[in-house]
Amino acid sequence: MKKTFATIVAAAIAAASPAAADLVFPSLSYRTGPYAPNGIPYADGFADYMTLLNERDGGVGGEMIQVPECETAYNTEKGVECYESTKGMGSLAYNPLSTGITYQLIPKVSQDGIPLYTPGYGRTSAANGKVFEWVFNYPANYWDGASVAIKYLLDQNGGDLSGKKIALVYHNSAYGKEPIRTLQELSKKHGFELIELPVDHPGQEQKSQWLQIRRDRPDNVLMWGWGVMNAVAIQEAVNIRYPMENFIGIWWSGSENDVKPAGDGANGYKAIAFHGSGMDYPVYEDLKKYVLDAGKAAGDGSNAGTVLYSRGMYAAMVLTEAARKAQEISGNSAITAAEMREGLEALELTEERLTELGLPGFAQPIKSTCEDHGGPGSAMIQQWDAAAGAWMNVSDYIEADAEVLDPLIAEDSAAYAAENNIAERCN
Amino acid sequence: MIYREAGDFKTSYAIDSQTFSIRFDRWAYYVLLVVAFGVIPFLINDYWANAVFVPFLIYSIAAIGLNILVGYCGQVSLGTGGFMAVGAYACYKLMTAFPEVSILIHVLLAGGVTAGVGVLFGLPSLRIKGFYLAVATLAAQFFLVWLFNKVPWFYNYSATGQISAPERTVLGHAVTGPATTAPAKYLFCLTILFGLAWLARNLTRGTVGRKWMAIRDMDIAAEIIGVNPLTTKLSAFAVSSFFVGVAGALFFSVYLGAVEVTEAFGIQKSFLILFMVIIGGLGSIFGSFAGAAFLVLLPVLLKNLLVGQLGWATDLAAHIELMIVGGLIVLFLIVEPHGLAQLWRVAKEKLRLWPFPH
Repeated sequence: MKKTFATIVAAAIAAASPAAADLVFPSLSYRTGPYAPNGIPYADGFADYMTLLNERDGGVGGEMIQVPECETAYNTEKGVECYESTKGMGSLAYNPLSTGITYQLIPKVSQDGIPLYTPGYGRTSAANGKVFEWVFNYPANYWDGASVAIKYLLDQNGGDLSGKKIALVYHNSAYGKEPIRTLQELSKKHGFELIELPVDHPGQEQKSQWLQIRRDRPDNVLMWGWGVMNAVAIQEAVNIRYPMENFIGIWWSGSENDVKPAGDGANGYKAIAFHGSGMDYPVYEDLKKYVLDAGKAAGDGSNAGTVLYSRGMYAAMVLTEAARKAQEISGNSAITAAEMREGLEALELTEERLTELGLPGFAQPIKSTCEDHGGPGSAMIQQWDAAAGAWMNVSDYIEADAEVLDPLIAEDSAAYAAENNIAERCN
Repeated sequence: MIYREAGDFKTSYAIDSQTFSIRFDRWAYYVLLVVAFGVIPFLINDYWANAVFVPFLIYSIAAIGLNILVGYCGQVSLGTGGFMAVGAYACYKLMTAFPEVSILIHVLLAGGVTAGVGVLFGLPSLRIKGFYLAVATLAAQFFLVWLFNKVPWFYNYSATGQISAPERTVLGHAVTGPATTAPAKYLFCLTILFGLAWLARNLTRGTVGRKWMAIRDMDIAAEIIGVNPLTTKLSAFAVSSFFVGVAGALFFSVYLGAVEVTEAFGIQKSFLILFMVIIGGLGSIFGSFAGAAFLVLLPVLLKNLLVGQLGWATDLAAHIELMIVGGLIVLFLIVEPHGLAQLWRVAKEKLRLWPFPH
C-alpha cells in the first residue's frame, strides 16, 4: 500500500515541475478559509501582472515567467509543504503573504539561498540588510505603519497627543503583535495612553473588545486586522456608533472587502496605504487588452483595481523589476536565485520607471542598498467614501519616525543575529 | 496459505506471548523496520521529509498518546492541542535555558513536564465522566493556549510571541534549525516514535494496560475487583500526556522550527488528533498509525493529484479535497465503525482462512 502511494506522489510531483529555464515566482496564496476574502484579490493581482508581462512583452528579458500557485489557507503547516514542494522548481523569490509563514521561512530561505520578499508584512527588523541577507521588505513595514498613524494623529491634534487614549485592536498572532513595541515607545515619547485589545483567530467574535472600547472611549482606535476580522471590527464600530474618522486601520485592514459589508456606516473609515489603487493607471489598458478581456485572468477579473489586487500587482511589479536588474547585473537572462538577490539588493525604482510601466504616482520610489532592505518607509492615509465606493487619499506620504524606529530595528535584528550566529555584512 | 499459525510452534512462554504471533506478521514487521531505518534515510529529500514523513511520524506519536487515554482508558479528551503546546513551550524553554544539554533529553523532559500538567488536568476525571470530562479538558485547551499567549516569560519576551528553535545537534548532526538535513530530521523522529510505540504496545498488554481497559469497560466493576481508579486514571493521563508532549516538542522544534500558539496548537489540532484516533480505531496501536496516515497523507496525496496531476485551480482542489476527505471519513465510519484497525483485523481473519473460506 505504501509503495503504490509513494509512486503516485512521486509521479504527481514530477508532473508538477515546470520547465527549468523560466523565471519561477511561486505564489503561496490562499483562496480558501477565513482569510480568503483578502487572499484572493492579492493572488489575482500577482498572477495577472505576470500574465500581462508574458502576453505583452514575452516575459522579462526574453524569459517567460511561471507562477505556480500553492494553497496555504494562511496555515503555517501547509505553508511549509508549499515551500518544500516549490523550491525545487528553480524558484527565484517567495512572497507568502503571511507573517506567520514568513517567520517560518526566514531561516529556511537563508539556508537554501532563495530571496524572500515581504512588502508591508513579515518580520519588521528584516529591513536591516546587514543581518537579513535574503529577506527584503521594502517599501514599508509594520513599525513604519504604526509610526505613520501616530504622526498623522499628531498632525490632526495640533502636534500634541499627551493625555489622549489610543486603542489598538489587533489580531492575536505574530502579525498583530508586531506594532505593539513601537506603539509603546511612541506612547512614552508623545505621552498618550495605549490600550491593547487582542482578537483571537479568526476574529469573528469581538463583542467584548468593542464593549471595552465603548466603556473606555479612546480618542482613536488603530487596527491590525486581517481576513474576516476587519469586516467584523468595522461592523462592531458602527454598532457602538464609534466615530469612523477616528478609526484607522493598517494597510491590511483597508480593502474594499473590509468596509463594504458595513455599508454606509463605514463611511469615513481610514486606512494607511503605501501605494495607490483604482483603475486610473495606464497599465490597466494593457491589462484589460491582454489579460482580463482575453480570458486569461487568474480569478474572475472582478477584483481588478481593488486595494489588495493593486498590492499583489505591486509585489509582482517589484519582483519583475528586480529580476530585470538581476539580468542586467549578471548579463544572462536565465538568472538564478542568488542573482535574483543581487537584483533585489540593487533595485532602484524611480518615478520615471513607474511612469514607463504605466503606473505613474502608484508608489514611492525605492532605492535598495546592502544595508537597507526596508525602503523609504513612508505611507499615506486614505479614507473610505461609501457613497462613491472608493478610497480617497486624505494625506500625502508621511515619513515614519526614524528616531524611534532605527534603534528598535537595530535591537531586534541584533537579537536575531545573536540567536543564529550571524555576522553582520556590508562592512 | 502463508498467513497462518499452523506450523509455528511455540516452545516457551516468551515466544507464546510475543506481539506478532504469526510468522508472516513478524517478517513483515522486520522488513518494515529495515526499510524505515535502513532504506528510506538514503532516499529521502526535503519535500518527502517535511511534507510527508516527519508530520506523519509526529502525528503518530500524538495519536498513540491520545489513544492510550481515549481508546484504552476511556477518558475523552479535547485538550490534546493544549498539551502539545505545553510540550512545545517546555522544549523551547529548556532548549534556550540549557543549550549544552542534548535535544533528545529536552524532548523527553518536555514530555515529562506535559505529563505533570496532564495529571493536573486529569484530576477532574475522578469525579466526572464522558461528555462532561470532554468539556473539562476543553477548558484545559483554551486555558493553556491563553496562558502561552498571555505570559511573555514562556516565549522569552520576543516581540511577536513566536517561539523559534535554535540549532541543536545529536551526534554531530543538526536535528533542529534550518541546517537540518532531511535524513537527520526523519531518523530523529523515527527513533523516538519507535521507542515510544514499543513502550505503548508493551504497556497496554501488561498490568497497567489491563487496568486501563478495566476502567474503560466498567469502572465500578473494576473498582470492585481491586483496580484503584485514582492511580489508574491518573497514570493514563500521565502516560498519554507524555506522548502528546513529546509530539508537541518535536512538532515545534524539528518539524516547523517556529510556532505561534493559537495557530499551531488551537482547538483544530485537538479535533484532528481525536479524529485520527477514532478513524484509526480506538484501543489499537496500529489504528493510531493508520489514522495519522489517513489524515496527514491523504490531503497531501489529493493535493498533488488534483493540482499537480490534473492541473485544477488551487481553490477548487482545496475545497474538493475537504469534501473527499470528509466523505471518506463518513464512509469509513458507516462501513466499519471500529475504524481502520478493525478493517485490518477482519482482513487478517479472512487471510487466515484463504484460500478455503468454508
